[in-house]
Amino acid sequence: MSKLKLEDLQRIKEAVKSTLDVNASDHRAKITVHMGTCGISAGAIPVMEALQQEVKSQDVSDVMLTSSGCPGLCSQEPMVTVERKGEEAVKYVFVDAEKARKIFNEHVMGGNIVVKHALSQGSEEEA
Amino acid sequence: MPEKTVPKLKELGFFRHQTLVALRNRGVINPDYIDEYIGRDGYLATAKALLELTSEEIIGEIEKSGLRGRGGAGFSTGMKWKFCAGAQGDVKYILCNGDEGDPGAFMDRSVLEADPHTVLEGMIIAAKAIGAHTGYIYVRAEYPLAIKRLTKAIVDAKNYGLLGENILDSGFDLDLEIYQGAGAFVCGEETALMRSIEGQRGMPRPRPPFPAYKGLFDKPSVLNNVETFANVPRIILKGADWYNSLGSEKSRGTKVFAVSGCVKNIGLIEVPMGMTLGTVVNDICGGIKGRKRKLKAVQIGGPSGGCLPEKLMNTPVDYESITKTGAIMGSGGMVVMDNKSCMVDVAKFFLGFTTEESCGKCTPCREGNLRLLEKLTDICEGRGKEGDLEYLERLGKYIINTSLCGLGQTAPNPILTTIRYFRDEYEAHIRDKKCPGKKCPALLDFTVNEEKCTKCGRCFKACPAEAVIWQKKQVARIDKSKCTQCMSCFSACNDDAID
Repeated sequence: MSKLKLEDLQRIKEAVKSTLDVNASDHRAKITVHMGTCGISAGAIPVMEALQQEVKSQDVSDVMLTSSGCPGLCSQEPMVTVERKGEEAVKYVFVDAEKARKIFNEHVMGGNIVVKHALSQGSEEEA
Repeated sequence: MPEKTVPKLKELGFFRHQTLVALRNRGVINPDYIDEYIGRDGYLATAKALLELTSEEIIGEIEKSGLRGRGGAGFSTGMKWKFCAGAQGDVKYILCNGDEGDPGAFMDRSVLEADPHTVLEGMIIAAKAIGAHTGYIYVRAEYPLAIKRLTKAIVDAKNYGLLGENILDSGFDLDLEIYQGAGAFVCGEETALMRSIEGQRGMPRPRPPFPAYKGLFDKPSVLNNVETFANVPRIILKGADWYNSLGSEKSRGTKVFAVSGCVKNIGLIEVPMGMTLGTVVNDICGGIKGRKRKLKAVQIGGPSGGCLPEKLMNTPVDYESITKTGAIMGSGGMVVMDNKSCMVDVAKFFLGFTTEESCGKCTPCREGNLRLLEKLTDICEGRGKEGDLEYLERLGKYIINTSLCGLGQTAPNPILTTIRYFRDEYEAHIRDKKCPGKKCPALLDFTVNEEKCTKCGRCFKACPAEAVIWQKKQVARIDKSKCTQCMSCFSACNDDAID
């Protein structure tokens, strides 16, 4: 990586749009496993591993799987956010490996929200 | 049958009332990818500060924004930077306080883990303002994930030339390093923190001289909290006027709170200053958990703060309003307590903490707080006597007035506020030798109240010593010869049926 200049900041901002926003990408969905210390101690690592396994075993190439820090509602972790292209982001709570696999197959791939484990639809906005 | 629909996030109490500034990137970026931070306007404020603004202009904007230190003291950030900028010397230091020692506080940990770059950006802007080219981020060693993410963030920023020499071709240099704490609450105090970085035992010193003139290695230094820095990039990018539109008159902007305890929604929230305690506890955190439980107090400000009773739930959460109650806003830790808590026990808990953490340098704190703890222990164990409350109040005030640093100066606060608002509880301990909150084993009978017992058997299942005798449809009984006074039955009982 070389030293950035101001114009590079704008260039990177443009380039990363398709990673940050699934609607600006060619992917069908973006999955975020929330992995702050709160999430990890509640069991987010097996959740991430289960999702990684599903992606690999089904040879899926158009789903972004990533992690973030604490999403705020620590008492209901592990939390996973699923955003399918063109649809609202869904936050899932109390997720474990088994629920993660169900969410992947039914919602991410199948398009049906697993209502039983879902907390909300929509995203937070900054002030 | 109609399908249950998933509620809109904007309609959920937890999310609806929050205003995200310091936490603006939460859940949305992967902190290990600097590009994602840049994708959310990251480092544009740095570019503006280094390429377009002078030191005076940066300081002016921060002063105008009304940003006050988020670590607890609430000192004007702009004013602190101004003092340091005006201090003589070529070598100055910019420091970040990530020690976060208050029990129950995890705001800084969350910011460092989720969005370390916002802290780095805040520090670069502050460094330009005061004229520093070296900085340290003091993070407690008990936060390994925060240290890991911060380390990666610094490496990535260096690789992009956003740290180091000639940042963004501006001619400005800054190097940042992490310094790990070693398990001492007192090292969250600014002069003790600086001594710790110098390799000395973390002990505060008298001020003046203030660190802005003579700080780390005797050079002019500015120490700000993680959350304070997290707000800086947005203020520079969006302007002081925007920041002023949030919060209340003397407490501008937002505050991050770590809410825990007996509420339904435990977690990390960011709200405009001036929101009432009641709104936080009930609307955002969903109210008290448990059908038969009621709100008793909200502990705010950690070991330097106090317990505010239910009648004060309309108090706006801002620096001045909370200080008037006898507590302090502190760094943002808020513990909600229900009717199954004892305020004397809570005060004893915090005194136990502060006496353990006292560095021992000054007599009022080292000796005085220990005397307070001894007296509280006497009260909790049935040895309280008339005059004890007056003793606690008098000694507490002496310690506040004569201690060297913030630890000693605020350690008596939990006692003084609980006496102020829950005096009757202390009196029950002292005069009646009873603990109304049912938390102090020495003052409890460990007998089941047969009239209140609903025969549910929860105490039986909870007891680890097989000391509860119970069968279905029968009232429970405690065998005192087996009972270890572990209090599991008290915690399990939902009907207040054990005395």
